[in-house]
Amino acid sequence: METFLHRIDEVGAQERVARLFSRSIKKESKIHALKTVLSMIDLTTLEGKDSPGKVKQLCYKAAHLHDQFPDLPTVAAICVYPTMVPVAKKALRDTGLKVASVATAFPSGMTSLSYKLEEVKMVVDAGADEVDMVISRGKFLQGEYHYVSDEIAQVKEACGKSHLKVILETGELVTLDNVRFASDIAMAAGADFIKTSTGKVSPAATPPVVLVMLEAIRDYYNQTGKKIGMKPAGGISKAKLAVQYLVMVRETLGQDWLTADLFRFGASSLANDILMQIVKQSTGVYQSANYFSID
Amino acid sequence: METTTIKSDLKTDWSYSPAPESTDHIRINQQVDLFINGEFIPSEKEKYFETINPANEKKLADVAEADKTDVSKAVSAARKAYENVWSKMDPAERGKYIYRIARLIQERAREFAIIETMDGGKPIRESRDIDIPLVSAHFFYYAGWADKLEYAFPGKQAKPLGVAGQIIPWNFPLLMAAWKIAPALATGNTVVLKPAETTPLTAMKLAEIIQEADLPPGVVNIINGNGKTGRALVEHPDIDKIAFTGSTDVGKLIMKTVAGTGKKYTLELGGKAANIIFEDAAIDQAVEGIINGIFFNQGHVCCAGSRLFVQESVADTVISKLKDRMETLIVGDPLDKNTDIGAINSKMQLDKIKMYVDMGLNEGGTIYQSSCKLPEKGYWHAPTLFTDVSQSHRIVQEEIFGPVLAVQTFRTVDEVITKANNTPYGLSGGVWSDKGAKIFKVSKAIRAGVLWANTFNKFDPASPFGGYKESGMGREGGLEGLMPYVNLV
Repeated sequence: METFLHRIDEVGAQERVARLFSRSIKKESKIHALKTVLSMIDLTTLEGKDSPGKVKQLCYKAAHLHDQFPDLPTVAAICVYPTMVPVAKKALRDTGLKVASVATAFPSGMTSLSYKLEEVKMVVDAGADEVDMVISRGKFLQGEYHYVSDEIAQVKEACGKSHLKVILETGELVTLDNVRFASDIAMAAGADFIKTSTGKVSPAATPPVVLVMLEAIRDYYNQTGKKIGMKPAGGISKAKLAVQYLVMVRETLGQDWLTADLFRFGASSLANDILMQIVKQSTGVYQSANYFSID
Repeated sequence: METTTIKSDLKTDWSYSPAPESTDHIRINQQVDLFINGEFIPSEKEKYFETINPANEKKLADVAEADKTDVSKAVSAARKAYENVWSKMDPAERGKYIYRIARLIQERAREFAIIETMDGGKPIRESRDIDIPLVSAHFFYYAGWADKLEYAFPGKQAKPLGVAGQIIPWNFPLLMAAWKIAPALATGNTVVLKPAETTPLTAMKLAEIIQEADLPPGVVNIINGNGKTGRALVEHPDIDKIAFTGSTDVGKLIMKTVAGTGKKYTLELGGKAANIIFEDAAIDQAVEGIINGIFFNQGHVCCAGSRLFVQESVADTVISKLKDRMETLIVGDPLDKNTDIGAINSKMQLDKIKMYVDMGLNEGGTIYQSSCKLPEKGYWHAPTLFTDVSQSHRIVQEEIFGPVLAVQTFRTVDEVITKANNTPYGLSGGVWSDKGAKIFKVSKAIRAGVLWANTFNKFDPASPFGGYKESGMGREGGLEGLMPYVNLV
């Protein structure tokens, strides 16, 4: 881990965000960005009322975003609850799309480690390519950082070959200092990705939080040579904001992170706004939202 | 310690398409005359000089050059306006005129920003988001003081001085005009303003606004020219006050000229500010502050943080992050909304910067420059930093006024305070630390007019600005900025 604690100045972080977000992305660079964003989406449904039918519909949408429009990428993955992993896995076979499952008593994480590990094993056995775990925020805020770190390390081990995304739930960590420290802990403990939020707590991903996590990833890479991925999730529903996040990634981490291997958006309604923008760029006019399917 | 770097990767395949601000609606007169007594008139000798766009070296306009006779004409117009109208006017009425100027600038902000960028080379992001909004804010601020001077100076009466001769530089052309004109008008003085010869255009647009605002003729006069015109203004016997922003050398000359004449003066001169990064600072935000400190406006900033001091324990980290960040700075067309660093203001200034960079190399400094590609036409300089330099190096001692940063390390608080003060200048400084007590200790100990803590290059009309030592005398901005324009009785 770090030799010194990373301090974050919130005002400064907000100013940096404002500056990054003032970049003007037009024409070809906008089209390129929009398509890149599409390919990075983890299309998500995480509701108590999810059913196999709903998940199957979402899976079809994931692989057929807008068939009327040629040369569109697919999203990167589908993100579902553990019981839906077999359904999604079956629906997505032969598509190359990944199945991600939340686990470890998502979204609160308030259960014992043994149950969490069992849940992880269950989703991995069911074929989940990616596991999105939550950290124990209560323990973190109590100062029990080793507990948090050990837990992540054990979940990582239980993941086997599946990729591990560690959700910090930054809305509950509150300060940027905490966000930075939690990011450092997660990366050192074996996270393949760090992720902002469950989407169940407000605020979810905020621009300063994403910036701080990207900077943590950059420092970790500079020290270890290991490339950790990043996934902002929750509250990203507009194309403009998603493109602004790409600018942030480009100017903080560089081109290597501008792929679905290292950057994802956790979102449910973002894809349609992107599609609407892409179609607009080619036709010059916005189409009605009714032209875009809502699965 | 850093083992790898992502620096090279930051030149990504996904580049931003050009996003230039349109200039279609911009109207620049091919011939710009003098603004005297409320009218645009040619100079006595009908001599003109060119003003160019430093980003492409194309001529923008021919500008009338004022000689001694023109200066006299302007001063006597200002005198008449002072005696007959402005000094006698109800202060609240004066305030109304200044508010009107502020509003008109706000309405035409985009036009001003574009012309500022074309004539001076600064990125549109800055002229649009910083320069022009501050200009109108400054007029608004001093408009408010016009009828409240008795509250600014309780128990005293603030009397205007008369005619103010004001000479401004090329780095913030319209903003410096606002800094000079607004407090002078609010306190009841009339002015003769001389913009810098490389950047006369926005001040002349301001003259149009002054006409439009229906200011009484002669209250504001704007004349152009080089140092000779400035000298004629300073030497003119009917001037009561000189306000100058520019180089320390010229400032000293002005002091000599006005000595014994009874003319009041304020001088805002050069700087070589220390920007101090302690090990307990928020490092990523401090790096951003270093960038803003030295590369804002191509480093053409008198209060630029041009001497960086980094505590040894974090020096490697900070310098490596700084280099990474420099790689992401976009240098190029100042009118492009994505440009971070625009053109150097003039060939003369570019030559001066290059001279200092050569000097740094000859003195044994280690140079690092971002690998950006510079346009062929126009005047450009890559963001540059020097390490392995000390207080004894001339590039550490002298003001370069360009995008060149000199980096030194330090070990203790006392050491850095001593070094920060080891300069003939004292305009500004920056302190970066998460410890409040340390910030207060250091900022109190540094002899400079403005100290920024955990930020840099922040301006507000309500905040006074000015220097210690050879960085000048008198304050501009804030309540203090009224003082140089009044006699208290």
